[in-house]
Amino acid sequence: MTRSTIELTPTAEDRRIARHAAAAIVLTVAEAAIPLPLPGVKPGLANIVTLIVLARWGWREAAWVALLRVLAGSLLLGQFLAPGFFLSLSGALASLVVLGLAMHLPRRWFGPVSLSVFAAFAHIGAQLVVARLWLVPHDGVFYLTPVFAGAAVLFGVVNGLIAARLLRALSAR
Amino acid sequence: MSARAALADWLSLLRPGDWLVIAAGLLLCAYAGATLWRGGAPDKAVIRAGGELFGEYPLSARRTVEVPGPLGVTLIEIEPGRARVAADPGPRQYCVRQGWLTQAGAVAICAPNQVSLGLSGRGGQYDSLNY
Repeated sequence: MTRSTIELTPTAEDRRIARHAAAAIVLTVAEAAIPLPLPGVKPGLANIVTLIVLARWGWREAAWVALLRVLAGSLLLGQFLAPGFFLSLSGALASLVVLGLAMHLPRRWFGPVSLSVFAAFAHIGAQLVVARLWLVPHDGVFYLTPVFAGAAVLFGVVNGLIAARLLRALSAR
Repeated sequence: MSARAALADWLSLLRPGDWLVIAAGLLLCAYAGATLWRGGAPDKAVIRAGGELFGEYPLSARRTVEVPGPLGVTLIEIEPGRARVAADPGPRQYCVRQGWLTQAGAVAICAPNQVSLGLSGRGGQYDSLNY
């Protein structure tokens, strides 16, 4: 029998994705410790990382980071394959699609804050649809839409501002 | 850095289009709130006399309706968004003292004269009561 060794050599891109995903996972876990008045209303701090990766390294890496974050974050929080996991996943997928479209807006006019607000709305939109179709098959789910939309604007702006500031600091370095 | 300078620094990160997007987001919130939380707003007044439907009137225009009953005439007043029993020949005047009805599902019953006034609309506060 011959001994076979499979060597995986991570590329610089792999390391970068892992590093960013780790930062996003830390934020996800830290955020889970914040008590929140309503289920579903979360700051979504990990999206700051997604925005930064999107601006600096492109959509493909941002998608990797966002999806790894959803997967590993749910494993760490014991939510893997629970309803919350599918809500996170659908939100992340929808916001990646929207970010992929919105990133082509003229940068001079639309900064990270716009992208962040768009992504936040995509997040709640997808989560409401999944919740309506699967978890709570009743239109009552939509009753809280104004609250979720308000949270999307608020946290979208806050996350976007933080991302913009970090991007400025990173590009100045 | 003073608080004002710090705020200006944060605001300098916003580009013109960002303001538009924020405004659009807030508008969307307001629109969602206005359409989804309108529950309880009535759209018509339903008047019954002697157990029979006497008439249904939209709560859009001002009008008064005279409803005959065994004791006399009950006067019902309808205004945009609300309705009340203005006068009733009954002895205890419960339905008159209820005042203006403004919520879908609200009912004023003038039992002696066998007249009732109810407001109907999408999303009343309850859909049935049991005693």
